[in-house]
Amino acid sequence: MNQKALIIQNLRVQYQDGLESLRGINLEVEPNAITVFFGPAGGGKSTLLRTINRLVDLEDPKQLEGSILFHGKNILDSKVDVIDLRRKIGVVFSRPIPLPLTIYQNVSFGLEVAGEKNQQKIDQQVEKALRQSTLWEEVYDRLQDPASRLSGGQQQRLCLARVLALEPEIIMLDEPTSALDPVSTAKIEGFLQRAKEEYTIILVPHNVSQAARMADFAAFFLQGELIEYGVGKDFFIKPKDKRTQDYVEGRFG
Amino acid sequence: MYLPRGSVYAGAVVSNWCHKMRPSFARTSLKKNQIQTAGFWVIRFIALVTVLPILGMVGYIIAKGTPSFSWEFLTQVPSDGMRSGGILPAIIGTIYLTIGTAIFSVPLGVAAGVYISEYAKDNILTRLIRIAIISLAGVPSVVYGLFGLGLFVLFFQFGTSILAASLTLSIMTLPVIISTTEESLRSVPARFRIVGRSLGATQWQTIWRIILPQALPGIVTGIILGLERAAGETAPIMFTGAAFFLPHLPSSVFSATMALPYHIFVISTQIPGMPVEIQYGTVLVLLIYVLGMNVIATFIRNNARRKRQW
Repeated sequence: MNQKALIIQNLRVQYQDGLESLRGINLEVEPNAITVFFGPAGGGKSTLLRTINRLVDLEDPKQLEGSILFHGKNILDSKVDVIDLRRKIGVVFSRPIPLPLTIYQNVSFGLEVAGEKNQQKIDQQVEKALRQSTLWEEVYDRLQDPASRLSGGQQQRLCLARVLALEPEIIMLDEPTSALDPVSTAKIEGFLQRAKEEYTIILVPHNVSQAARMADFAAFFLQGELIEYGVGKDFFIKPKDKRTQDYVEGRFG
Repeated sequence: MYLPRGSVYAGAVVSNWCHKMRPSFARTSLKKNQIQTAGFWVIRFIALVTVLPILGMVGYIIAKGTPSFSWEFLTQVPSDGMRSGGILPAIIGTIYLTIGTAIFSVPLGVAAGVYISEYAKDNILTRLIRIAIISLAGVPSVVYGLFGLGLFVLFFQFGTSILAASLTLSIMTLPVIISTTEESLRSVPARFRIVGRSLGATQWQTIWRIILPQALPGIVTGIILGLERAAGETAPIMFTGAAFFLPHLPSSVFSATMALPYHIFVISTQIPGMPVEIQYGTVLVLLIYVLGMNVIATFIRNNARRKRQW
C-alpha cells in the first residue's frame, strides 16, 4: 500500500503581525518522489516548509491550526519531539549558509548534537554524505579547512551533505539553486533525481522551468492558498486552473 | 580603523590615502578639489588634536617615571615610610584584585549577557533589566565604594579585604561585561541560529557550539576592557580593601592589600617629603599594566576580525 509521506490537513499559519501566510492547505505528499511547491513570492511555500519541520516555532507564530501527519502523528502537536522531527525532515535553504566551522564539522554537526560519540561512525557518515552530495572528490583532502573557503556551489552541496548525514526521510529544499551557477545547479538537480529512490523530496524551485524539469508532483501556491495540485507531467502541459496556467505561461509573477 | 569590506567609508578621508579614495570619474572643478583638500586637512588636524593630550600625558609620565624604574622598584617592599624602596605589594595587590574581580564578574556577566541576548523575550522584565544595567554603568565609582563598604565589609563581615574589594569591583565591571557580551552575540548572524536548529540542535547546543565561539573574541575584549577599568579604580577599593601601608604580601582573601591606584593617591597626597620620581614611577607602572591589557584586547579583536568567516 502506498503510504503518504505527509498528509497536510486544513493547515493555517498566521504570524504575529496578523499576516495569514497559509490559509487552509490540504495536501498529500507522495513518498520517494519529488514534489514541487511553486508559485509567486509570498505564496506561503517557505512558510509551509518551515512549518513542516517546525522551524516556524522560532518565529513564534500567532496561530498554527490544522494538522500535518507524519507516520500517522500530527507534527504540530506540542508533545512532538521537535529535535527528532528536524533530524528526520531536513532542509536546505536558498542561500548556502555554511556554519562558521570546518568542512568536516559542518557535516558532523548534526550527528554530534544528536549525541553520536562513535568517531568512526561519524567519519563514515561524513564521507558517505559528502559522496552523496558529489562533494567528496573536491574536498576529501581539505576537510579541516573552513567551509567558507568553498565556492558558492560547493557550499550549497555541503549544506545538502550535512542534512544527508542525519539520514533523513524527507529533504526539503527552498530554492536551493537560486544563488548558483548552471553547473552547480545541474549537480544539485542530478542529485535530487537520483536521491528520490531513497528519500522523499520537497523542492521549491527557483523558476517554472526548474519546476517543470523536476516535478513528479506539483503544487501551485498563490497568496497562501493551494490553487492546484497534481502529477507533474500533466500539470505543466495542461493546468486545470486559469491562474496556474497564467503563471506557468509567464503571464504574471 | 576598521573599514567594512567593500564599503566607501567617509571617515577614511582622515587617512593618508585620501587622494586615492577620490573618485576619478568625477570631473570636479579645480576649485571644488581645493575645497575638498582643505576639508581633509581640517579633519586630519582635528583627529590629531584629539590624540595629542594622550600622547603628551603618556610621554610626560614615561619621561618622569623612567628614572625610578628599576628591578628593585618592582620587586621590593616600600621602606623609609614609603619614601624609598619598591612597590611590589601594590603591584601584587592590583593583580590579585584584577583576578578576584574576574572570578566574580566574568561568569555572572557572560551568563547575563547570554540570557539577555539569546533567551529573554522582549517584554517589560527584559526592558527593566536593560535599564538597570545601563544605570549601573552610570553610577559614580565612589558610590560603588560606599555600597561595598556597607554590604561586603560590614554586613557580610568580610572586613577590609581583597574579597570585599574584588566583589565591589565586580559589581562595577558587570555592566561592561554584560553589554559587550550581548553585543558580541547579537553581531553573530541570525542565520547560523536557524541552521543550527534546523539540524536538530537544541537552542543551547547552537549557542554553545556555534554562536559563542564566534562571539568569544568580542566577549574577551569586553572582559579585558572592564577589568582594565577596575584595575585602575581608586574609589571603590578605598573603603573596601586597600591598605595605606602594608610592607608584606597579603596572606589570604580576607587580608587587606596595597593596590597601585590607591598607593598613588596615598603617596601623592598623604606623605610629606615624598620623592617625585617614586610618584611618577608608580603611575608609570599602573599605566603599563592598564595599557598592556588594552593592547592585548586590541590584538585579540583585530586577530578575530581577520579570521572571521562572515
